[in-house]
Amino acid sequence: MKKYHKLIMLMAALGLMALFIFPMWRITLIAPQYPNGVNMHIWINKIGGDTPSTLQNINILNHYIGMKYIEPETIPELQYFPYIVLSMVALGIVLALRGKATGYLLWTLLLVALCAAGLYDFYLWEYDYGHNLSDTAPIKIPGMVYQPPLFGEQYLLNFLAKSYPHIGGYFVGASILFGSLAFVFKRTEHA
Amino acid sequence: MNQRFEFKHIHTMLLSLIALLLLPACGKLSNAVEENQGGALADNAASQVYVGPGEYDEFYAFMSGGFSGQIGVHGLPSGRLLKIIPVFSVDGEKGYGFNEETKPMLNTSQGFVPWDDAHHPELSQTDGETDGRWIFINGNNTPRIARIDLSTFETAEIIEIPNSGGNHSSPFATENTEYVVAGTRFGVPYPQQDVAISSYEENFKGTLSFISVGEEGEMDVAFQVLLPAFDYDLAHSGKGKSHGWTFFTTYNTEQKTTMLEVAASQNDKDFIAAINWKKAEEYIAQGKFREMPARYAHNVYDEHTHMATSTMKDKVRVLIPSECPGLVYFLPTPKSPHGVDVDPTGEYIVGNGKLSANLTVHSFTKMIDAIERGSFEKEIAGIPVLKFEEVVGGVVEDAGLGPLHTEFDGQGNAYTSFFITSEVVKWKVGSWEVLDKASTFYSIGHLMIPGGDSKKPEGKYLVALNKITKDRYLPTGPELCHSAQLYDISGDKMKLLLDFPTMGEPHYAQGISAAKVLPRVKKFYPIEENKHPYRTLGEKDSRVERSGKDVHIYMTSIRSHFAPDNIEGVKVGDKVYIHLTNLEQDWDVPHGLAVMGANNAELLVMGGQTETLLWEPKEEGVYPFYCTDFCSALHQEMQGYIRVSPRNSDIKLSWRLGEDEEAI
Repeated sequence: MKKYHKLIMLMAALGLMALFIFPMWRITLIAPQYPNGVNMHIWINKIGGDTPSTLQNINILNHYIGMKYIEPETIPELQYFPYIVLSMVALGIVLALRGKATGYLLWTLLLVALCAAGLYDFYLWEYDYGHNLSDTAPIKIPGMVYQPPLFGEQYLLNFLAKSYPHIGGYFVGASILFGSLAFVFKRTEHA
Repeated sequence: MNQRFEFKHIHTMLLSLIALLLLPACGKLSNAVEENQGGALADNAASQVYVGPGEYDEFYAFMSGGFSGQIGVHGLPSGRLLKIIPVFSVDGEKGYGFNEETKPMLNTSQGFVPWDDAHHPELSQTDGETDGRWIFINGNNTPRIARIDLSTFETAEIIEIPNSGGNHSSPFATENTEYVVAGTRFGVPYPQQDVAISSYEENFKGTLSFISVGEEGEMDVAFQVLLPAFDYDLAHSGKGKSHGWTFFTTYNTEQKTTMLEVAASQNDKDFIAAINWKKAEEYIAQGKFREMPARYAHNVYDEHTHMATSTMKDKVRVLIPSECPGLVYFLPTPKSPHGVDVDPTGEYIVGNGKLSANLTVHSFTKMIDAIERGSFEKEIAGIPVLKFEEVVGGVVEDAGLGPLHTEFDGQGNAYTSFFITSEVVKWKVGSWEVLDKASTFYSIGHLMIPGGDSKKPEGKYLVALNKITKDRYLPTGPELCHSAQLYDISGDKMKLLLDFPTMGEPHYAQGISAAKVLPRVKKFYPIEENKHPYRTLGEKDSRVERSGKDVHIYMTSIRSHFAPDNIEGVKVGDKVYIHLTNLEQDWDVPHGLAVMGANNAELLVMGGQTETLLWEPKEEGVYPFYCTDFCSALHQEMQGYIRVSPRNSDIKLSWRLGEDEEAI
């Protein structure tokens, strides 16, 4: 088992490609008149939902409280995040071929750092959307902000907002796990 | 953390899967429990029709709207009214027949006919089973057949029936919806001309029409059969062994034109006309038809342009029975038969002699034997009349008075409505014994079992369609509601469960498991598929254009504003076309549009759809318009103005949305 560290590292690197197949995060809005909920999917390179019109419907809801329109084409992160992911995949493959424990460790730590930075960036966006409301919003409730939770569930007026990782996010978690495992196996190979 | 949630996810999925697998078993289990408990539960009619808040009904029931010209969609067993589908009559609620897109739907050879009398809904069938694609219905007064698409519950097509009068025996589909049929109730001069009414026998004819239905539902008058001018009352197509035949009842075989209530009730037997339409197809292929002049409209609504177009046609293929042996036979049937109903096996053809006490059932096998033996009583206009005693399969004796219509439960039982004695009679197919009787309140016409005229009836409920209600509901002046009654027919005895009012006179109805329809139902029209010539696909494209006296407003709606909502430069005498595109892409978010002083109706535009209101302002002033269908918390703010200036004014066309912009 332990000699398969290269393969495990390769899986860790290639696992990140799942970000191009599955959304990494999901925000669900639930209210009585939306019995099935409204699901917004955040991908590495786009924002979508259960249907092509989900984002339009979320924007229609948001405009009553003066929230900015979510326009994926104006969000720069969605433009350059894919390149960071591709770079990490390439780097991971190179390090897997080299087969050095330090390489695995550094790659994994770098991925953790990138995830942390990504989540912080996500938090900043949520803060901006939730706080930076239009002065002419039809519905204004003193003291009310509409920042969805970074992780977890919270009531925003009549909506229960749920924010959790989605399939792509689980793959990133798996990549961190596999990177760590590759490091551990390599280190204990001759022990 | 991540993995825990992954497990939770998988766990939930597994649980749902197990629940799904268990579901049918649970259903059976609870049925068994109910049966065992019998008594108390079985007598509780209220619980049998109770569909809890938020729950769906098990069946759709499509009720003819009678002289309202529409179809009422109800849920069963609750009887709740879900929708009124505008078909043959204008409907201000939906703008049907008032907006520019749907006006062509009501075009006929007589021009725009904004009303009709809709009698018999008929679901499309595949292999003799209802399939949930379309429902057809006849327009009785100005002969027409409409097709309603059950993905949108909107009228998709209407075809006029030429050389016909009173399209009553219609539409009644064949086993694979190869055809729906139309039979003239009134004999009319053929071709239509100015002749003495007393020349009836000489100049009048009766046509039976076969309307072909294509893969996408498109209808065409494939051929007509020219028959003596009897009154053709109802029809049903054969199934199984009798597939390839359609049966029409006749009355007024006396061929009278005045005081018919007496004059047309004298013959001891009238006929069921049996048409071999497969034979007809052979004759058509051999070219043995005559091409006759005709004028009839064919109106089609396109779901992508959101517009109807009306095309006039000018000829029709006609088969003459004397030139086409084997095409038509007459089966003598007592006495002014109304419904003609074919049992699920296709063997028995029930003639509901409405002035008779007995119910005559013909045998298809005997009919074919008699035809092969050439055993005929006589010929009428080249049509062989079979011998009554050689085609009768059985008689249900003394069941009641005035049998009208029969449906089947798929368990070998038949249910016949008796108008005069106001009851439903259950009898056994084959032994002809009466099994049960249930009173109806009052004066039942047709009855309906979901799939009850198909090969696979869903024999759980029976709906009686009653003509008179008298003391059954709160009085509403001289005019009382018409009514349906729901019976549980799952046991040996029929049990009355529920009264519910219907719209117009509910002549006939069709029922189908909701599960067969639900997968096809649309939630909105994808905006990218909108091909309306005056569509506006985004607020940026909204604008106003003038061409002479025609002003075209390209307007959009989305919660909760119109774009544009302030318009100036319109003049008295202009024809203002407001083309409203609803940009919504969500379920159940139509926007309405009403303009003060418009001489038509509102628009009611579904998500992704475009509709056009023609408004002709007569006086200068500033006219408000607003959204009529509640759409959001700011629905009441969804409004705007159009300024109308004198004819000689030099005010330029301008439009805007919002304070900051000069124009959009």
